[in-house]
Amino acid sequence: MSAHLLLILPLIIPFVAAVAALLFARWPTVQKGINIASMGGILAASLGLLSRITEQGIQVTTIGDWPVPFGIVFVVDHLSVVMLIVSAIIGVAVAVYAVPDVDDARVRFGFYPFFNLLMIGINGAFLTGDLFNLYVWFEVMLISSFVLIVLGNTDEQLAGAVKYVVINLVSSLLFLSGVGLVYGMTGTLNMAELSLALSEVGQPGLVTVVAMLFLISFGIKAALFPLFFWLPASYHTPPASVSAFFAGLLTKVGVYALFRVFTLLFTQDVGYTHTLLLWGAGLTMVTGVLGAAVQNDFRRVLSFHIVSQIGYMIMGLALYTPLAILGGVFYIVHHIIVKANLFLVSGVAKRLRGSFRLKSLQGLYAYHPWLATLFIIPAFSLAGFPPLSGFWAKLILTIAGIETGAYWIVAVAVAVGLFTMFSMTKIWVKAFLPGGGGEMADAVSSMGLGTRVMYVPIAGLAALTIMISVFAGPVYDLAERSADELYNSSEYVEAVLNHEESAADAGPRPGVDGRPGRVHAR
Amino acid sequence: MAILFAVFSGFVLALASPWLTQYTGRATGWVYGLLPAAITGTLATLVGEVAAGETLRVSYAWVPGLNVNLSFYVDGLSLFFALLITGIGTLIYVYAGGYLKGHHHLGRFFSYLSMFMAAMVGLVLADNLITFYVFFELTSFASFVLIGFNHDEAPSRRAAWQALLVTKAGGLALLVGFILMQQATGTFQISAILESGDLIRQHSFYLPIVLLVLAGAFTKSAQFPFYFWLPNAMEAPTPVSAYLHSATMVKAGIYVMARFHPVLSGTDLWMWVVGGIGALTMLLSAWLALQYTDMKAILAYTTIMALGLLTMLLGLGTEVAVEACMVFILVHAFYKAALFMVAGAIDHEVHVRDITKLGGLWTRMPVTGAAAALAALSMAGIPPFFGFVGKELIYEAATHFDPATVAVTVVSVLANVALVASAGLLVVRPFFGELNDVTKHAHRPDAGLWFGPVVLAVFSVGLGLAPGLLDAAFLGPSAGTVLGASIAPHLALWHGFTLELGLSAVTVAAGVGTYLAWTALRTNTAFQQLERWLGTGLDHGYDNVVDGLLGVGRWQTSVLQSGVLRRYLSTVLGTTIVLVGAAFYHYGFFGGPISVADVRPHEWVLAILSVVGAFGTLFFRSRIGLITSLGVSGFGIALLFLAFGAPDLAKTQFLIETLTVILVVLILTTVSSVEGTLTASQKATNGAVAVGMGVVVSGLILAVLKLPFENPMGDYYAQNTYVEGEGHNIVNTILVDFRALDTLGEITVLLVAGFGIYALLRTGTAPDPNAEHEPPPEDASAPIEQAEQTQQVP
Repeated sequence: MSAHLLLILPLIIPFVAAVAALLFARWPTVQKGINIASMGGILAASLGLLSRITEQGIQVTTIGDWPVPFGIVFVVDHLSVVMLIVSAIIGVAVAVYAVPDVDDARVRFGFYPFFNLLMIGINGAFLTGDLFNLYVWFEVMLISSFVLIVLGNTDEQLAGAVKYVVINLVSSLLFLSGVGLVYGMTGTLNMAELSLALSEVGQPGLVTVVAMLFLISFGIKAALFPLFFWLPASYHTPPASVSAFFAGLLTKVGVYALFRVFTLLFTQDVGYTHTLLLWGAGLTMVTGVLGAAVQNDFRRVLSFHIVSQIGYMIMGLALYTPLAILGGVFYIVHHIIVKANLFLVSGVAKRLRGSFRLKSLQGLYAYHPWLATLFIIPAFSLAGFPPLSGFWAKLILTIAGIETGAYWIVAVAVAVGLFTMFSMTKIWVKAFLPGGGGEMADAVSSMGLGTRVMYVPIAGLAALTIMISVFAGPVYDLAERSADELYNSSEYVEAVLNHEESAADAGPRPGVDGRPGRVHAR
Repeated sequence: MAILFAVFSGFVLALASPWLTQYTGRATGWVYGLLPAAITGTLATLVGEVAAGETLRVSYAWVPGLNVNLSFYVDGLSLFFALLITGIGTLIYVYAGGYLKGHHHLGRFFSYLSMFMAAMVGLVLADNLITFYVFFELTSFASFVLIGFNHDEAPSRRAAWQALLVTKAGGLALLVGFILMQQATGTFQISAILESGDLIRQHSFYLPIVLLVLAGAFTKSAQFPFYFWLPNAMEAPTPVSAYLHSATMVKAGIYVMARFHPVLSGTDLWMWVVGGIGALTMLLSAWLALQYTDMKAILAYTTIMALGLLTMLLGLGTEVAVEACMVFILVHAFYKAALFMVAGAIDHEVHVRDITKLGGLWTRMPVTGAAAALAALSMAGIPPFFGFVGKELIYEAATHFDPATVAVTVVSVLANVALVASAGLLVVRPFFGELNDVTKHAHRPDAGLWFGPVVLAVFSVGLGLAPGLLDAAFLGPSAGTVLGASIAPHLALWHGFTLELGLSAVTVAAGVGTYLAWTALRTNTAFQQLERWLGTGLDHGYDNVVDGLLGVGRWQTSVLQSGVLRRYLSTVLGTTIVLVGAAFYHYGFFGGPISVADVRPHEWVLAILSVVGAFGTLFFRSRIGLITSLGVSGFGIALLFLAFGAPDLAKTQFLIETLTVILVVLILTTVSSVEGTLTASQKATNGAVAVGMGVVVSGLILAVLKLPFENPMGDYYAQNTYVEGEGHNIVNTILVDFRALDTLGEITVLLVAGFGIYALLRTGTAPDPNAEHEPPPEDASAPIEQAEQTQQVP
């Protein structure tokens, strides 16, 4: 398969699936099948990309064959491919989970097309090597996710979705302003070229000032302190499938963007920008976990924890050493799988007990011991309990922090870990153990086929978490490659700019001859 | 192979247990007991080699990038502990089988118990700090599920949660301490670190390492001020308590101190902190043990006392002290496991554990009673029991320690006095005297319930009579490892008429006196007040800390996550203003003075028009007025685009402005005016944010405009639109060819928006099948939730 096709497959597959799902709008079953196939296809393509870049290094392709930097490029390095794979895994899991979880009304009104379009936005963001194109994918993500949040149209959903969309539009606005200013300074949008051009701007300080816009814009997307309000306001309102998908992926696209631009573009004054990021990371951890500890709704606890966990990832970026970035990447991988899984568990709990409130859920363990077991694995992993995946992520970050001498952030990270343990076990104690109320015994519902289907992706993701825990070595190596490429951005830059040369060497573009009749058509 | 079997077979049994119990039925305890027995046997075959000074190890790469290996090794100390864990474990398994006979969740219980044992074995055999930490935390997890095994009861849930959080807090400190150790020595391998004592002691990390490692050890081993979790943990089924107090969990902390003794001890810091906290814990808990009437509570506080004593001995760190420590670990394990099992047997047969209500059980459970009596005599340190050997050694360590000889001796004697009295309370009260209404219906316990105590009693007697058996095989290698030296100890029952013997006599006499005065001591109000501070007081302190932190969490969440969109927006925009402003402040402002000379008159007019439109929004109260005013601003900008030669852009802007005004006016004709909900200060905030944003954005643009601008992109598009793109309009060609993917994305956005609006309109009135219909939440987060929900679309 040509590299070009392989690179655009993660966009083409969901695009085709979205259109197909629209065509079969009245056949929910067909749509479900299409969706699972689509997510599976993306996963296969992403794995294909991984093996490709393992053999041949960073992959680059130009869209429409316009030479770098005049057209749009797609660039896949280890970070991109890791993000693509993990997203696709969540896509597959949620696609299966959604089969019983998402009601037919939602399916008729386009749940699956929107789902695939959201996937396009996410994959596009991971693939693109063009700053404005990244903005476009953010827009696609924003509108698709907004529709997915409001689909169903309850007051609660609308209230959450309005905050979601308004704050995220501010993010878009700042992003776009930033893109404009960067273009004004350098005359290019290609990120590889920007990486060089931004270092040559006559006013390096000004680049850092403009970087603040990107910090805030992506900080909103990533739900950093004090920009995270939209997340706890909205994530607990849509069906579990949707919130699991969002919880796993959306903020992580923001985190990805931060990792990308604050390693590739804005490293003019790391002492300033990354110190700022480190403060943001610490405050995000603390405020998120304190928020989580006082919640009494399953998904609200989890939502605040997303915020808190984002802090750890940004801590990796902010410390800005190869090991720290590695820890950040490891954290992202671990977190996406674990967090999405916890939301999936909450959905099953809701289905069994009719509520997300911890008090109404009490005693789940007695009647659903398997669900309890499947909760324990991601929950304790999230809390960094050894030897689960979260432990490794936190261990790497802690070592990196100590090596850098950033003791305060290590202290914060460790203390927040204890609080995470507190709120995860709070869910355990309040929702899974009996609470001594009378409402428990008669609220037991039996398990239908649908619920059993929902167990499948949960068990799958839990198994994956255990795999990452036991075989932490290979995941570490993958994260190490990603971090090396991020830290030494020259590899990325050369891959893109050399692609230009090879295209130029090829002589006249074949596309001109290959597209006859266009002039006549006008 | 022996090592892997010892560590991992328990985990295998843990996985298989729920399924396997169906077949083992009532014999489960005896059958499962074969596993720890087999591990004990396997490990016992290594005793000779280890005593000869060999160490056995296995190692597998786990995360090579971090130099983390899954590795184990057997030396004198680890073998000593591993044998203790599996040996006592065998008896606990048998006992648990009898104690929980026919229990609904027997399989689950043995699953947890096996995990507990295996985790402990893995912990003591670990040769890598991270491997060590993994098993250390697994013991916390196992004890969490075991203490909370009877999770139908609230105290059980609370105790389990508390134990987990307290030991996890210490565990995290321990982990950081371990990482610092690795930073200081360059390795995670324990056996290598043990040889770098001088390196660590002279390293600048020495102080944090000691404090962090001790935080881990002290929380795990229930030292002051963390000991409150251990008495609560007696909510666990008694087999768990017996195991947890004698050979596992709390001994993990002692093991940490013993394991790293060669590299961390030998400084004043170590001696005073470890010795001091140990002595304090010992003294307080010796007192507290006499304040309770529940057999398990008395046992729990005597465990804390024993842990304090062991800690103190490790703090003293002399050869005799370390030998005494090792011997007392055995002494304590034997009598503590036996007495806990006895307490459980009584509880099982009588359903009462209060020693003031029990009596005369001797006639009903003679075998149990005999075993209890022997164990208690060892506890009290009466010759010729093993406890006497231990106590003599402790007194020898105390009287030969310098400095603070007198203090150490007095503290040791006082603690042993409490032990004598407690031993009396635990045996004389329940077993002697007359049968009463409570005890007369007691049944004779199963063999499973007395087998363990009897075996342990035999050990207490046997090792008392022939303590020399331990010298070369166990005591030498284990104490030698702790001291980091080769030693040849000689244990003996009889040392002649020494100072230690005299102290023993005093101890016994005082102990008997205390026993006789027990009721008076316990009911004295002053003493009860002391108990309230030190016992339940610390427990309440834990609650206060948790509640306090939750209070902070509630407060900050209500401030941050207020549910008010306006506040969210001001915060986000305010952050933008501050960060951009601060960066400008830091780097200096790069823009120059604006030259107004170049501005043409019509540009002035358009600019002013836009500004007036923007400010107009401040003064309109009706929605139509607002939207018209905004429209004026928008048209002004569109005209500016036109004036600067961007007709396409202007065209788009005109369309959007027109449509927006038309649509909004159409929708809003039904709504009269904006309710005047904003206070003056809110308006001021909004105004400040708006002006601030305007200033920073203008600043950014002015600064960027100062830079020279080359336009290779524009040139390329101009040259290639016709040649390569075969288009006649650059803008169109950029949109549909050069950057067609962007356009595809934006079209997608429009498509999604269209479909989304359609879906929203169609489902508008349908009730949500997933909607929750619940009473309003009455819990703590209620204000937040309601705020979040009632904040509606404007």
